[in-house]
Amino acid sequence: MHVEEKLTAETFPASPERATLEGKNKFLGFWLFLGGETVLFASLFATYLALRDQVNGGTPASELFELPIVFVATMLLLTSSLTSVYAMYHMKNFDFKKMQIWLGVTVLLGLAFLLLEIYEFYHYVHHYDHKITSSAFGSAFYTLVGTHGAHVTFGLFWIVTLMIRNSKRGLDLYNAPKFYIASLYWHFIDVVWIFIFTVVYLMGMVV
Amino acid sequence: MSTLTQKKGFGATVWDYLTTVDHKKIAILYLIAGGFFFILGGLEAMFIRIQLAIPDNNFISAGFYNEIMTMHGTTMIFLAAMPLLFALMNAVVPIQIGARDVAFPFLNSLGFWLFFFGGIFLNLSWFLGGAPDAGWTSYASLSLESPGHGIDFYALGLQISGIGTLIGGINFLVTIINMRAPGMTYMRMPLFTWSTFVASALILFAFPALTVGLALLMFDRLFGTGFFVPQMGGNTIIWEHLFWIFGHPEVYILVLPAFGVFSEILATFSRKRLFGYSSMVFATVLIGFLGFMVWAHHMFTTGLGPIANAIFAVATMAIAVPTGIKIFNWLLTMWGGQVRFTVPMLYAVAFIPSFTMGGVTGVMLAAAAADYQFHDTYFVVAHFHYVIVGGVVFGLLAGVTYWWPKMFGRMLDETLGKVTFWLFLIGFHLTFFIQHFLGLMGMPRRIFTFLPGQGFELGNLISTVGAFFMAISTLVLLVNIVKTSINGPKAEADAWGDGRTLEWAVASPAPEYNFKQTPLVRGLDALWVEKMAGKKGLTPAEPLGDIHMPNGSFLPFTISLGLFVASIGLIYQFDDKVWAIPVIFIGFLITFGSMFLRSVIDDHGYHIHKEELMDDDDKGVKA
Amino acid sequence: MKKWLPNMRFFSLFGLMALLLAGCGKPFVSTLQPAGEVADMQYSLMLLSTSIMVLVIIVVTILFVYVVVRFRRKAGDENTIPKQVEGSHKLEMIWTIIPILLLIILAVPTVSATFKLADVTPMEEETRDENALVINVTANLYWWEFEYPDHGVITAQELIVPTGERVYFNLLASDVKHSFWIPAVGGKMDTNTENVNKFWLEFDQQATENAGGLFYGKCAELCGPSHALMDFKVKPLPKEEFDQWISDMQNAEPFVPTSDLAAQGEQVFNQYNCIACHAIDTGEDRPTAPNLANFGERSSIAGRFEFTEENLKKWIKDPEQHKPGNKMTGTYDHENMTEEELDALAEYLMNLKVQN
Repeated sequence: MHVEEKLTAETFPASPERATLEGKNKFLGFWLFLGGETVLFASLFATYLALRDQVNGGTPASELFELPIVFVATMLLLTSSLTSVYAMYHMKNFDFKKMQIWLGVTVLLGLAFLLLEIYEFYHYVHHYDHKITSSAFGSAFYTLVGTHGAHVTFGLFWIVTLMIRNSKRGLDLYNAPKFYIASLYWHFIDVVWIFIFTVVYLMGMVV
Repeated sequence: MSTLTQKKGFGATVWDYLTTVDHKKIAILYLIAGGFFFILGGLEAMFIRIQLAIPDNNFISAGFYNEIMTMHGTTMIFLAAMPLLFALMNAVVPIQIGARDVAFPFLNSLGFWLFFFGGIFLNLSWFLGGAPDAGWTSYASLSLESPGHGIDFYALGLQISGIGTLIGGINFLVTIINMRAPGMTYMRMPLFTWSTFVASALILFAFPALTVGLALLMFDRLFGTGFFVPQMGGNTIIWEHLFWIFGHPEVYILVLPAFGVFSEILATFSRKRLFGYSSMVFATVLIGFLGFMVWAHHMFTTGLGPIANAIFAVATMAIAVPTGIKIFNWLLTMWGGQVRFTVPMLYAVAFIPSFTMGGVTGVMLAAAAADYQFHDTYFVVAHFHYVIVGGVVFGLLAGVTYWWPKMFGRMLDETLGKVTFWLFLIGFHLTFFIQHFLGLMGMPRRIFTFLPGQGFELGNLISTVGAFFMAISTLVLLVNIVKTSINGPKAEADAWGDGRTLEWAVASPAPEYNFKQTPLVRGLDALWVEKMAGKKGLTPAEPLGDIHMPNGSFLPFTISLGLFVASIGLIYQFDDKVWAIPVIFIGFLITFGSMFLRSVIDDHGYHIHKEELMDDDDKGVKA
Repeated sequence: MKKWLPNMRFFSLFGLMALLLAGCGKPFVSTLQPAGEVADMQYSLMLLSTSIMVLVIIVVTILFVYVVVRFRRKAGDENTIPKQVEGSHKLEMIWTIIPILLLIILAVPTVSATFKLADVTPMEEETRDENALVINVTANLYWWEFEYPDHGVITAQELIVPTGERVYFNLLASDVKHSFWIPAVGGKMDTNTENVNKFWLEFDQQATENAGGLFYGKCAELCGPSHALMDFKVKPLPKEEFDQWISDMQNAEPFVPTSDLAAQGEQVFNQYNCIACHAIDTGEDRPTAPNLANFGERSSIAGRFEFTEENLKKWIKDPEQHKPGNKMTGTYDHENMTEEELDALAEYLMNLKVQN
């Protein structure tokens, strides 16, 4: 199928993200990119695990973390992953409007997550004087969680850009792969967060 | 838009190259930039050898020596060897698999410009207060201690060019997986394509570790974090791990494509198919896989304990097995063949014993207990130069001379080529063989001078003499290039007459769409199969039709430029310069603005129409 | 290690190798003239691996020369198409299995030696052998400190050890990473900035005498401009002499200048505030600069010059020129030091001795 073809709900393929060669390339390339991202986060996790007890006289993880906030944030992000699945479901059904709505919900949830994270960081800095420069633990914590946060921020800008750019013209085989890989990226961010929640927060409370 | 190369003005040509997304032109960009950095790194090497020619020499100062030595290693690995390999990959791989282009032409160009600006940024340090001086490994305690901004240039420069490399790696993976012509199954891919594939996978999984390491180093230096600061609870061993988790696969990223080049050349000029093709593929994949399991052999003396050392020692030795398989397969490829000694073949033939030397000293270094003596001595210097010069640089020289006619449409001069070869071969062994013994005799590496009376005098002098041979040989190569580009003979499609793979079926240089009709691949060594069947050209897999081409774009240049600008700001905000913060913003604005433009402006490319393709035929361009 | 070594001597290649390599280098700095148990073990492993590898190279070279000579394309063969051979499972099995066997031959002694060299039980707290000598090594930018914690003795730049017994080392760096290496006596180990590394060495009496009583020690990890000049000296002594030295160090009286010039030198030493960084008491640990209590007994100046008064003055007058990046430069007004002051200071320093 060709990129510029005008399509209807009937002619729209089942996997629009992989219907063209460009789409297939994007799809595969992005999966590979996520493979590289996995190594990136794995390196950050390893660094964090090596340094998490090095508090340098500051507050240790078990007394620091505000688990209720983090739990709410986790739920928000998990839900946003689900809503992005809905969006992709509607994309495959060529229902542009519903896709936009669900993407909108995803963005709002992501934004809420980000605000909570900012509040959380603010809280640590002002109540516990736990800064990125106060100890190796602080450096590793803010770098790992902050890198994730930067990914969330980038993802939000990305999805919003796609929504606005395509708001007038609807779905076609040129932009379907773009929406699809953005949602793939969003899932990846979600998976990374699950690891952060487990390794940083839950394991931080235990020890 | 016409498909024929027209005479263009200088400005138009420059603009063409600044905006090109054609893999063949990007290959030329990589070749020029990589060649420039190769010469730069070579000059740095000459400084090193002159300084070490005699004991207690004062040719350059201690601090400057460390800068030169650091930049020599960093330049040669990141800015010369990698881009030159990318030049060959870009020039050859898409054609070898019967594709019209790479999977992501835009990203291909972005990868180049990121590398280029990263390299320029790194070298700016020479003019802005001194180059990095902590070795190419930049071990954390020393690199944190290092005054000035040298290490900051290192961290940011490599970060930028590293992203470029990562993009290039993903691009080749997708290209090779998705863009192969009909019939080009995995087990029919030429070995150079295979090794590009495996090397790209290594890039994908190795470079992010470097990205993280460099980011942590930069945070520690510029923002006061404590990753590598023991007083804050930090640990410098983390840097060593991150660096070598990247650094060891990096060796294979460099050497595997070189292996691929030799596999092509040895088969071509022996007029025989590669002996044991499937075991060669298997060995390539296995080396790539094992390459990730052995990084700690660079850290035997760090104090990881005997269990870790023993495991990594044995794992490292294991790599010798697939490497050995390759050596013997190459020898047996020539066995019973019709060996023709062209210049590329000379390099390939000389590579076998030279690289074997480097390989066996690698096994010696793997013996952990003995490595306590070898580690950080000139024995190691000799070893990795045998691997990287004897393997990678020979591979590059071989590959560049082999595919030069395909890239530029002209043959290089064989006589001058042979002069280059012999000078280089003699110089190489003269320089590095003796260094094994210097190391064993107790000479540590990375020393700016040595005191007399320790028995190092003669060996160092011989080594320096050898270096001059290599320098002269490089000059002869340059003369060759200039001479033949003025009046060299035009190259045929099958420039060497013995071509076996698809790139020798298209014109030299290849038209921008590579294949007028996508070929049908009917076996390993697709062109050879057709030749043996008595055919002149390839069997097409599709009727003649319109060809879809990507549009050129200036955005890769600006995206990279933005990061370059932002990095300058990042370094100087540390000095509380008032202009630094705005510069950071402007830089990121350029980068993200360009990315935004790329995202919102549709780019559907254009078509070369059937009629124009027919016209080409009339003008005698064969496809 | 020793057990299999004689067996290996049967291989003539091995013997030849040993003969060839032994001719290389100077006995006080070459790894090829091992001067102790550790270096011996490593040398044997080097010989074994070199022999196997030379064997490999010989096989490859013979094949290589044959192929290159025999199968060159000759005139008249321009159109000959050789047989297109796919491969040979039998051959491929051979060159897979033989290397594996060779590697096993190398891997077993490697692993065994790696564990032996890491055996530091006598210095561990729980399993401490009271008779084992432990030395704390601290690497600093371009100088080395050696502390004998069981004896309360500290010295710098010149390591004094007993021969014929295992000496255990704690290794640490105070600023950036260095690496502690005495090539003739045994392989190196890094001095990290955050954790103490432990290992042992043994110094052979006979080999010490052959080497002239003094080994060269080196820093083997890039540490800054003067990395190349961060040498130290190692003086192994017979056990009794070593014990005597330790007791001399322990019982050293504060130095009393015996001549006017030396007394004047002591004044200069205090006037230029050298004392702020350099300790002159055998038991005192000042991390800032080398302890000078037994300076007069050293065999080199600043790790790089022969021990003469001339060189000492040269060094004090302009340390930056002789060891770029060192931490002494700029801590005193060397430019305005007069010749008289230099003479006196040198006289004083050269007389700082604990042994008579």
